[in-house]
Amino acid sequence: MSFLANLFTRRQQSSSAVARDRLQILLAHERSAGEEGESDLLKQLHKEIMEVIARHVAVDQDKVQIKLDRGSGCSMLEIDVEVPQELSNKRAS
Amino acid sequence: MAADAVFGVFMAKVLVVTSGKGGVGKTTSTAALGAALAQSGQNVVVVDFDVGLRNLDLVMGAERRVVFDLINVVQGDARLSQALIRDKRCETLSILPASQTRDKDALTSEGVARVMEELREKFDWVICDSPAGIERGAQLAMYHADAAVIVTNPEVSSVRDSDRIIGLLDSKTEKAERGEKIEKHLLLTRYDPARAARKEMLSVEDVLEILSIPLVGIVPESEDVLKASNVGAPVTLSSPESLPARAYFEAARRLAGEKIDVSVPTEKRGFLDWLFGKKGAA
Ligand SMILES: Nc1ncnc2c1ncn2[C@@H]1O[C@H](COP(=O)(O)OP(=O)(O)OP(=O)(O)O)[C@@H](O)[C@H]1O
Ligand SMILES: [Mg+2]
Repeated sequence: MSFLANLFTRRQQSSSAVARDRLQILLAHERSAGEEGESDLLKQLHKEIMEVIARHVAVDQDKVQIKLDRGSGCSMLEIDVEVPQELSNKRAS
Repeated sequence: MAADAVFGVFMAKVLVVTSGKGGVGKTTSTAALGAALAQSGQNVVVVDFDVGLRNLDLVMGAERRVVFDLINVVQGDARLSQALIRDKRCETLSILPASQTRDKDALTSEGVARVMEELREKFDWVICDSPAGIERGAQLAMYHADAAVIVTNPEVSSVRDSDRIIGLLDSKTEKAERGEKIEKHLLLTRYDPARAARKEMLSVEDVLEILSIPLVGIVPESEDVLKASNVGAPVTLSSPESLPARAYFEAARRLAGEKIDVSVPTEKRGFLDWLFGKKGAA
């Protein structure tokens, strides 16, 4: 069964089939990236993104959220930067 | 208690889920108890201390969302808020994953202490999933605990290892070093009432007598646990009506201080009466 077909029949899927799909996705990432590789890439991205932001606004590191969702075809990296109110107003006017 | 009075706020409770022996159900129990407490509205974080063999994220269904982990936070590469993953089904539940890296030594005592302090400020419950064994990893996981859940299977080697862990809890924790007593709770898991009735397995009273710590719950052997881990959900979230989930809900209420009788959640009525009736007679 293809991944797409799996997606649409998920409700009927046995729990073992869900387990197999989850493992396939996870292990594909862990093997290809050698785990260390992937976390290093994310660390690097995080560091550089922080540097770029710091060049323009002074934001707390806590206000930068990095989220990831590993998929079977591609992964989503979501970066959330909370810019201080006064600053975003200033820039807009 | 003194600090409680000084700040006049609810003090977070740090709980370690430990066992000595591997594969007895620590990770399953951490996820199930954490979710049960969170479902009652408390702010809960479950922390994976099993560095190098992380699995709590998988059991909780968060494995695709891990970016930073405990070691990154301990080493200062990421903020705590960036490593915490909020559960999608229960918003008062968060997970702090372990790293998959092999060097356990990356966890410094000072770093862990700092992270635990920060977690105490953010959450009502900090539940630490200990690695198996009695080495450094297990000792780091228990060091800051106020209370311990000792996961034990009704089986000789598990009971023996639990006894060793109890010894460590009484000597190698921050509380013990301060001369205070750490709260200890026995959680009996993978319990098969039918086999116990046939006397093929240590009985609840046998285990209680040997370990002599209070019982917080009895979780039956159940395929619902396997199904829950297949789909990546604590059993208390995925099948709250199942027998193991009910046992975990009860245990969570007891951990939160409620005084309720421990029951083996089984349809077979009269079994418990028989069991405790016998104890009363002895
Ligand atoms: N009540 C139960 N009924 C059936 N299976 C269970 C039960 N509790 C745990 N298991 C199964 O036992 C196995 C080990 O459980 P788990 O991973 O929670 O143990 P652990 O103590 O965390 O192991 P480790 O020491 O390797 O970290 C898993 O396959 C789990 O699904
Ligand atoms: Mg485990």
